[in-house]
Amino acid sequence: MACCRVDRTGRHPGGPGGSEPEKEDKSGVSTIDDVKPIPVTIGGVRGGPAVRTLRRDPWWKSPAFTFVVLTLFVAYTVWAVFQNADYFVGLSQHRDLISPLYSPCIVGSCVPGSHGSFLVLHWWMLTPALIGLSGPGLFRSTCYYYRKAYYRSFWQSPPGCAVADGHKRYTGESRFPLILQNIHRYAWYVAIAWNVILTIDAIMAYRLPGDGGIGVSVGSLVLTANAAALWMYSLSCHACRHVTGGHVNEFSKAPIRHRLWKVVSKLNAIHMQFAWISLFVVVIADAYVRMVAAGWFTDPKLF
Amino acid sequence: MADVTMRVWRGDSAGGDFADYTMPAVEGEVVLDVLHRIQAGPAPDLACRWNCKAGKCGSCSAEINGMPRLMCMTRMDELPTEEPVVVAPMKTFPIVRDLVTDVSFNYVMARQLPPLKPKAPEADGTYRMQQVDVERGQEFRKCIECFLCQDVCHVIRDHEENKPNYAGPRLFIRYMELESHPLDTNDRRELLRQRMGIGLCNITKCCTEVCPEHIKITDNAIIPLKERVVDGSYDPIAWLGRKIMRRTKRSAAEVAQDAPAFTAPTSEDRLERQTVPVAVGAAVGAGNPAAASAGPGAGPSEPAGGTGPTAAGDPFGTDAGA
Ligand code: SF4
Ligand code: SF4
Ligand code: FES
Ligand code: FES
Repeated sequence: MACCRVDRTGRHPGGPGGSEPEKEDKSGVSTIDDVKPIPVTIGGVRGGPAVRTLRRDPWWKSPAFTFVVLTLFVAYTVWAVFQNADYFVGLSQHRDLISPLYSPCIVGSCVPGSHGSFLVLHWWMLTPALIGLSGPGLFRSTCYYYRKAYYRSFWQSPPGCAVADGHKRYTGESRFPLILQNIHRYAWYVAIAWNVILTIDAIMAYRLPGDGGIGVSVGSLVLTANAAALWMYSLSCHACRHVTGGHVNEFSKAPIRHRLWKVVSKLNAIHMQFAWISLFVVVIADAYVRMVAAGWFTDPKLF
Repeated sequence: MADVTMRVWRGDSAGGDFADYTMPAVEGEVVLDVLHRIQAGPAPDLACRWNCKAGKCGSCSAEINGMPRLMCMTRMDELPTEEPVVVAPMKTFPIVRDLVTDVSFNYVMARQLPPLKPKAPEADGTYRMQQVDVERGQEFRKCIECFLCQDVCHVIRDHEENKPNYAGPRLFIRYMELESHPLDTNDRRELLRQRMGIGLCNITKCCTEVCPEHIKITDNAIIPLKERVVDGSYDPIAWLGRKIMRRTKRSAAEVAQDAPAFTAPTSEDRLERQTVPVAVGAAVGAGNPAAASAGPGAGPSEPAGGTGPTAAGDPFGTDAGA
């Protein structure tokens, strides 16, 4: 208890800070060196009833919601990945729109026009979305926020605060495979590269080939929103907060990193919101491109 | 006003059960007020800890309707009164009696925390720190040591066997405060990784949810510590940098040598220290059998050290009794 801390004078007998060391020094009192660490006693009798939780509020609502939304997201993404079609709107419709799930399209199976003049993996004949999703997938699945979300809602560890963990044994993130969550920082570097690519995609979407050259269509706005949401999501990342300035101990000696850290800290406080927004926007962007490519409607030109 | 029913856990290590107490509701009360009225009325032997009634001493932690909270900061009018208000002791710590638990686990872990190891002072013999250097740690100084975060943390709440290897959120904020301290030269990262369970926390944020001081434990301490441990152990680029700069990492055992368990007495040690001089004093002043017999006894016999004869015969008796 904070109230009960014992004054610790005399901790450094004879040390520079000791205020009244003499008296204690000559005392023959058991010295600091005699103090042995106390082992932790485990297995004491606990109070309260042996029930899973005493909570009566609807604590299960939030994990249930997360469970449903993330399941739907994964289901949609898997479906979209294995469509391997309708991910690009090209010259035939006077647009240059590519689904964010399929970008960058650098493999042999890409439809003409969806990639630059060269293919990096021309022998790759599976769906290009496996490449397109690899970086962002790694990034999102190791994200500190999503970790919290799926540990609670899927793994039930714990399902809610003061609600018993659904597992007998628990090693957290200290063992394989979950120790691999520590690569999140690298996933962040990769995600930044992806953001650059998706930003280029968004800029290219303002080219309306054969339709007046440059203009604004709903599709270009959707891809711009997608790129912006991803930037906000990845710039508010905890790893970003650490590498930009969080690692510094003496901010007064690193004013630029301090300023960066303050900006990122502000964004970081709403990282959860960015995580959800960017998730929805990616799905919307993919669905939009998909519908236009499938010919359900044409992408309206605004001006 | 209507009545409120309090369902309070009564019992000790031999077992226990809930008991219902129906009291007239009084406007503006907190849970602790009602418990005090129960103590003044139907159950004078009800045990609960409290001190400040202002959310500042961290004594009155309990679980109210299943949520770890301070009893003095939980208003009755924010709880549903159709059903009894359930008050149980903190689950993670062994029970002493009724709502009182033995939280010494937290002190044991605190004693193993290597303290500040300041770098050499400046030429004029002083230290200077800028406000920007210390403000990050100031958030953590708000901690009132209520141990609600330790109580709610599923790592030890649901897995008792993790206790010896888990410092817990309350101490993680202390680790972060010291690790990011501008003057500190200690490196506690290996200790955190190997012995203090930073990897056991799965950042599910319940500690942050229950902290009455609204310390952002997970965002501002645990995740930054995890990132620092990544610097130390899981980041090949940082590893290469260390090799090139010839900075070596200290092992957990080396770091643990700095822990106050080896170097600094805490309240429990004071108790040991207080009992020793009484015995020593008795041996010196042989003509004082009263003090000699009082010597070996701990706690209750202690005032003997402060009373006349011993104090007169032995200066340390005064010290111990003070
Ligand atoms: S965030 Fe970590 S320390 Fe806090 S309650 Fe959850 S597991 Fe425990
Ligand atoms: S960090 Fe918050 S919840 Fe934990 S002991 Fe301190 S004040 Fe209590
Ligand atoms: S992206 Fe969520 S913490 Fe890094
Ligand atoms: S009595 Fe001090 S915090 Fe509640």
